[in-house]
Amino acid sequence: MLQFALRRLGILIPFLIAISIVSFIVIQLPPGSYVDSYVNNLRLQGNVVSAEQEGNIRAMYGLDKSMPEQYALWMGKIVFAGDFGSSFRYNRPVAAILMERVPSTIILSLTAIAFTWLLAVPLGILSAVKQYSVWDHTLTLIGLVGLAVPGFLLALGIMFVVYQNTGWLVNGFFSPPFREAPWSLAKVLDLLKNVWLPILVLTIGGMATITRVLRATLLDELNKQYVTTARAKGVPEMTNVLRYPLRIAINPLLSTLGWMLPAVVGGEIVVSKVLNLPTIGPVLLEASITQDMYLAGGIVMILSVLTVFGTFISDLLLALNDPRIRME
Amino acid sequence: MTPSASLKSTEPRLKVEGLKTYFFLDHGILKAVDGVDFHVGEAESVGIIGESGCGKSITAQSMLQLVRGRGQIVAGHAVLRRKQGEMVDILSLDPDSAEMRSVRGDDASIIFQEPMTSFSPVHTIGFQIGEMLRLHTKLSEAQIRERVIAMLGRVGISNPEVRIDEYPHQLSGGMRQRAMIAMALICHPQIVIADEPTTALDVTIQAQILDLMRDLQDELGMSIVYITHNMAVVAENVSRVYVMYLGRVVETTTTERLFKDPKHPYTQKLLRSIPHPGRPVERLEVIEGSVPSAVDPPRRCGFFTRCPSAMAGVCDAAIPALTKVDDEHWARCFLLSDEKEAEDEWSSL
Ligand SMILES: Nc1ncnc2c1ncn2[C@@H]1O[C@H](COP(=O)(O)OP(=O)(O)O)[C@@H](O)[C@H]1O
Ligand code: SF4
Ligand SMILES: [Mg+2]
Repeated sequence: MLQFALRRLGILIPFLIAISIVSFIVIQLPPGSYVDSYVNNLRLQGNVVSAEQEGNIRAMYGLDKSMPEQYALWMGKIVFAGDFGSSFRYNRPVAAILMERVPSTIILSLTAIAFTWLLAVPLGILSAVKQYSVWDHTLTLIGLVGLAVPGFLLALGIMFVVYQNTGWLVNGFFSPPFREAPWSLAKVLDLLKNVWLPILVLTIGGMATITRVLRATLLDELNKQYVTTARAKGVPEMTNVLRYPLRIAINPLLSTLGWMLPAVVGGEIVVSKVLNLPTIGPVLLEASITQDMYLAGGIVMILSVLTVFGTFISDLLLALNDPRIRME
Repeated sequence: MTPSASLKSTEPRLKVEGLKTYFFLDHGILKAVDGVDFHVGEAESVGIIGESGCGKSITAQSMLQLVRGRGQIVAGHAVLRRKQGEMVDILSLDPDSAEMRSVRGDDASIIFQEPMTSFSPVHTIGFQIGEMLRLHTKLSEAQIRERVIAMLGRVGISNPEVRIDEYPHQLSGGMRQRAMIAMALICHPQIVIADEPTTALDVTIQAQILDLMRDLQDELGMSIVYITHNMAVVAENVSRVYVMYLGRVVETTTTERLFKDPKHPYTQKLLRSIPHPGRPVERLEVIEGSVPSAVDPPRRCGFFTRCPSAMAGVCDAAIPALTKVDDEHWARCFLLSDEKEAEDEWSSL
């Protein structure tokens, strides 16, 4: 097992390098550099910018160097100084923006993923074990609604209904009086009063897929001979389902765990916009639109690195769960 | 074993009567087992033979009420004498009840056909065999481990201390089937149903496994039902044979008589279609056609579509009853008797 983990960890390194290159390309992609638009702006405002001055600005940003040199420079700063460059739009270091938004995004996403699993797995089991029952049909219907209704619409709808009935407006993570306040019990309660809605919406959005996948694989496994064998030994039915077929049916879910994080982050972009949540999603969207490339590159890089580690964790879980994978 | 072995017990270990197991499918009712009677004496071995699809495995699984999904045992009794001596009709128990579960594996167990798929691929052999003891005894984990190692050694698995912690994919097919036998026998059940225990194995291994089962039977004294389509298995291992066709027993007698004097046209064809000991292989016949679908079968002799002696207007007008040919010999054919099978509530379905 340890050997397996080390081997997998070894594979991560080239992956991470590839990710950094892709992120760098993202930064370089838009036509014209940041300096071009900056100088153009200055000239439009009536300033005289000489070719020499322009060259100096380029040198300041390292844009006079070759691509590999620029890449090395950018990576070096990230690795050794935690410096992701500056956001053009916010006029602040990218690292500061990431620090502000990435942790809350990860906590929100992980919470939503945890709730999704906690609900979807038992419901998937129920659906499979009681195939074609009222339960199964009801869950299928709810699942389809969950898939068909976009998260932001659901968020808006629930927000409206809650406001109509209680006068409470769900907005952001905290109500305005608590936004800058130090942590206290009241602040935690306020957080709970707000955060349930995005968690609910993201959970419903992710549940349907997991329930369907689990139902299908479990139905397959339930017909396998080893389930009958266990039954023939006198294993109680529920123990049998949980001990044998579920162990195998859970594999496809474990292997998707790694990229659930970016999927949830992607799914929460519009939800976050609607609910005014300070997560990373909306910033990524804006950064891409406004060609704020250091910011976009930084976010893409962080998310990709998290995905790679997520995949590593899901590989480890798979190997723990299934000896055939572990012994490959 | 000699045919007289069947006479040594008076009261059977297991007596099955009128077993019907149907699958209620979208396009009709599949009558997989449609009125099967058989009994097995104390420490006796009997065989159930027939082509693939005749309902042998479903008969076996019905004995422990393992049929799920659309399958249902709609009629029948299976009276088993349990370890303590009490008689129970196991088919009258709720399939999910604790009492039914206490029968499974402890009083009666099944050796399954497919050694490849019969074990969970993600649990060790030792865990899966030990589970039997965990369910049916109060032994400690250490005692269980000891018993499992001893049993693995007994069925001929070398290095049982190491093998016990291995996974099914690390064992060869023959080893896996030995492990399956170890699992089925570890609680010393009084009756074992071996559903094609050697079909998936090559000939040498087949012989070894059958030898092993005979040894274990001598040692533990259990009754065995061999389900097979291999005549050699029947000839060498069982005292009496039930021949099944399309969900029914069409002939039953001692092994000796079956080979010497088969009465039913299907049995005759079956015996001519396979090589068997004591007769030189001249030319093997094939039974033309295939077993017809058991979905909503018409009320006629099941073998009508393939029988060389079929009599139009007779054999397709009713189902022949299983009638006595003479002592210890029964067959179901209008050539032998006019008696028809009585109709019941399920016949018209
Ligand atoms: N789970 C099932 N669902 C529907 N039909 C089944 C199922 N299992 C077996 N059958 C049908 O029942 C009949 C008897 O099957 P089986 O007992 O496995 O035959 P055998 O063991 O004699 O080869 C066959 O027609 C088979 O197709
Ligand atoms: S009853 Fe008729 S069809 Fe059936 S086996 Fe006998 S002769 Fe053949
Ligand atoms: Mg079979």
